[in-house]
Amino acid sequence: MKKQIALELKNICKYFPGKVIANKNVNLTLYKGEILSLLGENGSGKTTLMNMISGIYFPDEGKIFIDGEEVVIRSPKDAFKYKIGMIHQHFKLVDIFSAAENIVLGVNDGSRYNIKKVNSRVREIAERYGFDIDPKKKIYNMSVSEKQTVEIIKVLYRGADILILDEPTAVLTPQEIEKLFVILRKMKADGKSIIIITHKLNEVMEISDRVSILRKGEYIGTVETAETNPKELTEMMVGKKTDLKIERVKTDFDRPLLEIRDLVINKDDGSLAIDNASFYIRGGEILGVAGIAGCGQKELCEAIAGLRPIKSGLIMHKGENLIGLPPKVIIEKGVSMSFIPEDRLGMGLAPSFSITDNMMLKTYSEGRGPFVDRKSARARANALIEKLDIVTPSSETPVRRLSGGNVQKVLVGREIESAPNVIITAYPVRGLDINSSYVIYDILNEQKKKGTGILFIGEDLDVMLALCDKIIVICHGKIMGIVHAEKTTKEELGLMMTGSLDLTEEKKDKNYGIAKDSNLTEEEWKAEEEKQAEKENEDD
Amino acid sequence: MGANLAGAIALGTVLLLGSVGEIITEKSGHLNLGIPGIMCMGAVGGCWGMVVYANLLANPASANWFLLLFLAVTCSMIFGALGAAIYSFLTVSLRANQNVTGLALTIFGTGFSLFFVKQYIGKGNAESVLPALSKILNTSLPFAGDLGFFGQVFLSFGIIVYLAVLIALFAAFTLRKTRVGLRLRAIGESPATADAVGINVLLYKYSASLIGGAVAGLGGLIYIVVCRGGNGLFEVPTDLPRFGWLAIALVIFTVWKPDVAILGSILFGLLYMLKDMGIPFNSYILKLVPYLVTIIVLIFTSIFGSKAVQPPASLGLNYFREDR
Amino acid sequence: MTNEKTIREPLFHISKRAPLSKGQVALIYLSAVVIALILSGFVCTLLFGANPFAALVGIFEGNFGTDSRIWWLLRDASLLLLVSLALAPAFRMKFWNLGGNGQIIMGALACYACMHYAYGQIPNVIMYILMITTSVGVGILWAIIPAVFKAKWNTNETLFTLMMNYIAMGLVNYATSKWSLQQTGKLEPINGAKLPEIGNKYILIILIAVAVTVFMFFYLKKSKHGFEVALVGESVNTARYVGINVKKTVIRTVLLSGAICGIVGLLFCGVVDGNVYEDTPQNMGFTAIMAVWFAQCNPLIMIISSFGIIFLSRGINHYQKNVLKLTNSAVSDMIVGFVYFIILCCEFFVVYKLQTRRNKRNFGFKDISEQIAGKGDGKPTAVEKEERNEGGNK
Repeated sequence: MKKQIALELKNICKYFPGKVIANKNVNLTLYKGEILSLLGENGSGKTTLMNMISGIYFPDEGKIFIDGEEVVIRSPKDAFKYKIGMIHQHFKLVDIFSAAENIVLGVNDGSRYNIKKVNSRVREIAERYGFDIDPKKKIYNMSVSEKQTVEIIKVLYRGADILILDEPTAVLTPQEIEKLFVILRKMKADGKSIIIITHKLNEVMEISDRVSILRKGEYIGTVETAETNPKELTEMMVGKKTDLKIERVKTDFDRPLLEIRDLVINKDDGSLAIDNASFYIRGGEILGVAGIAGCGQKELCEAIAGLRPIKSGLIMHKGENLIGLPPKVIIEKGVSMSFIPEDRLGMGLAPSFSITDNMMLKTYSEGRGPFVDRKSARARANALIEKLDIVTPSSETPVRRLSGGNVQKVLVGREIESAPNVIITAYPVRGLDINSSYVIYDILNEQKKKGTGILFIGEDLDVMLALCDKIIVICHGKIMGIVHAEKTTKEELGLMMTGSLDLTEEKKDKNYGIAKDSNLTEEEWKAEEEKQAEKENEDD
Repeated sequence: MGANLAGAIALGTVLLLGSVGEIITEKSGHLNLGIPGIMCMGAVGGCWGMVVYANLLANPASANWFLLLFLAVTCSMIFGALGAAIYSFLTVSLRANQNVTGLALTIFGTGFSLFFVKQYIGKGNAESVLPALSKILNTSLPFAGDLGFFGQVFLSFGIIVYLAVLIALFAAFTLRKTRVGLRLRAIGESPATADAVGINVLLYKYSASLIGGAVAGLGGLIYIVVCRGGNGLFEVPTDLPRFGWLAIALVIFTVWKPDVAILGSILFGLLYMLKDMGIPFNSYILKLVPYLVTIIVLIFTSIFGSKAVQPPASLGLNYFREDR
Repeated sequence: MTNEKTIREPLFHISKRAPLSKGQVALIYLSAVVIALILSGFVCTLLFGANPFAALVGIFEGNFGTDSRIWWLLRDASLLLLVSLALAPAFRMKFWNLGGNGQIIMGALACYACMHYAYGQIPNVIMYILMITTSVGVGILWAIIPAVFKAKWNTNETLFTLMMNYIAMGLVNYATSKWSLQQTGKLEPINGAKLPEIGNKYILIILIAVAVTVFMFFYLKKSKHGFEVALVGESVNTARYVGINVKKTVIRTVLLSGAICGIVGLLFCGVVDGNVYEDTPQNMGFTAIMAVWFAQCNPLIMIISSFGIIFLSRGINHYQKNVLKLTNSAVSDMIVGFVYFIILCCEFFVVYKLQTRRNKRNFGFKDISEQIAGKGDGKPTAVEKEERNEGGNK
């Protein structure tokens, strides 16, 4: 049987400001009824390429063919006309609308707008492919996987034949991923053509029929999944054989630096973010925190840094209670926090400030007199640029103009420069290419050697398994277990992340998350608790 | 008392159209601080239409009621939309800062309206003609007088006032119940989402701004015709902007709902009429009440506001598709 | 090409450009001003059949024609500069203080109240001190009320400050009804109570403007406070994290805003004209927002923008009155508003560029800018190389 071509790209090029080449001479063929994986590192131009098919960007050069005919896709509307539907990595949903309202948003079938009819059609589609969804539920009440379901139904509702999924598994648990793959196979059987963007090799091997690889914006090639293996794909993806193993530095663990007991934190909307968590970080240890996005990681970081009031519990740093202290005092005690949000700028950096000004964010108020000391900050900035190989025209360049990797180097570099004894770092390699990621890992390992305690909140389980000494797994704010990275597996972590496995239940007798060689005796802990309780009563 | 209530409704109509115009604009994600300027432009535009028509007649009092109404309403709306066109070109197409552009439009609109009055309308007999023409427009239903207090308060207006209420109701219906409304609200919440499903974001943004401007412009006309009985054309740039600002504040008070704005604007109209109600209190202080109440409302909503009554999420942010 | 008709490409394509250097940005603003002047000359021709060159001459005449015109120009430009300097720190913090007018009125009113009650009753020197302190104090009060609510509950300061303007106007009218003797609708000047002159009555204003400019430049660019202001404007979360008391910073900064507006009120009432009424600030509270915006909060550039705005509006006013014999003061408001629009249009090219699809021609300085920057050699810089690695997936 000869396969029919659904979509074909020929010599697509796209340039971004500053002579950045996002895509160069990319060729791609998608057959009807197949799943094609688009594989590439972060920054290899996968999303840019797909955005050109779905009408978000317009290619600078090249041609697009649908069913053998050349087409011009100027806008998402055009893309829909050609029955192309894209499920973006960052969901494009209106938070205050219901699922059905979101699904019907762009549809114009000439009929009168009737939300009840839409609801029933949504249920129909859900049944056909096995989705689980309530059309009337508001998006802001939905979990990540529910939102993704809405996105997929949205394009199906509009009759899309070509579906593009941009890193659909990044935010899902292993179990949810399985469910998604079942649905994708059903759609494939239904004759739909699917492009799935990912950089997880096991998923590529599992789901796709063929794999196309991009590297640094350039098209490398396409292979049949059945005829390849992860090793070959990695080589095509990164160009040369790279040793993916991250070094785990052996250190002698010190006494606990940061001890957290029975911590309860609320989210902004009043719901529980962290539910009764107890754990501790030793000097010279990297403690990982694994969990699905939005499971209280941000709130935990903010609470330790003193930015978010806690509900109850204790945060002890070297035997001293941090609760109620202003952020500045906590910084002065040597607890540093850096959180890389999804847009990569935000917490911890001022994007339109120069590198120099960002260097003195935490220290500007030191020194006498009303003026800031830019001179020494500039010297420190230049030293950092030198040390970490930060690519920038000068120390006076706003960090917004730097590329992602360099921005993160500035942030992590500054934190380390202040010689902290505890580093809380969330997603420090978010969106970085492999080489930049390694620089960050090296920095962390170097700190670990110096005896710093590190709390590493990460996304990629493989990295955490290789880098961390121990891993805390949280699910909806509850600690499901604290495991040794050497002794656990990805599957176990996945089960814990979804709440299917709770190690704390199994070892009830053991005081979970409490250090044997605590800085305080049990009596002192009790006393602190009472003091804290008193303080809380006073506040009320 | 009845006359004061009627006056409150008349003033309320001005505020109502101002806020409905602003609501429509804000639903598309654009905060238009140019509404005061737009209302001034609408006021002089409508008056210009009336005067031009009247000057064609031997006796202004013989003007055809419908034609006069049509010309006044159309001209005020076109002038209002013209002001909004400048705003939307700058903020939608050129992505200029919305606050700054809005303020520039208010400066321009007040300047333009005074210039236009002095240069084109006020030179002839406009000041004597306009009251007569306004009288025609304010002709109430024939039986209004027979219905006592109720008739005096609610039925004593010309059709133009009811037109304003209809516009508000229609806007409320469109926003809540139709596909167009759904899309407009989606754009105000998240233009990238709307864009990704193929909605023409720029078209909607332009349309919302232009329609909003037209509606607010009509509000300006009603101020001259109904509230001032055709007088005070030269005072438009000094007197009208305050109602424009109040109208923008009213948007928050009425939680972005045009139908709630009907009640809200009458309430504010009443507050404004306090000074004329014979209350034994310093009238200068009574004049401050609408502004004080606005401030109290602002404070109140900021302290007790819930998720349900937040402004459109993208309000004030310009949309550029290739921004990632 | 299978079918010419189906392959229509968008006529224009907007995309973000690589960041421009300061010189290039200055060039864009400069061309904006030139285009604005040419177009406003064209509008004058269209409306009044005037000769655009005559208009230009008229505008210069109106500003530099006589000694007193030059003094007036300097006086108004200094006053506007002061208001701009007042608003700049708040603006920098992204606090939209639209209440400049009200703060000035209240400053003027406070000054007038001192004159009204104290003139002749106490020694002048004490009265002067009283005038200065109450003006500044009341200006601060008027600004700080919205700031406190903004800091505490994030109350919308845009509308709050606007409403404060109208309350200030109402209070002036109330005071007028009590204190005015001649029923002019204004509080008439009490000339004897005005501040003593240095040389002439404008030099004091100019000196204060220069002093405040220097102060504000160092305050915003070099001081710790200025650093905090900028950081709060940039990201409240980051500011909180590095230990800045955001509430305190907001209130302190707006306090400074109000104090300077109070001084402007003092100058209007105690030095310049002495009339206090609804329009005492001559709408400078709004005009200054334009001056601050075009200067991007830089005090030194604000000298140029304030001067430019006053130059244009005074010049046009002179031209329409004395050359066109229009007696239509609104002409200048309208044309200056028009000029704002043109400059806002041109700002587009600082961030974006327009390309036509067919021949990839660049509009808006791209080629020029490359020549200026000397980057025409085609070799990517270090940053660009790095960005290439990253570029795709942002």
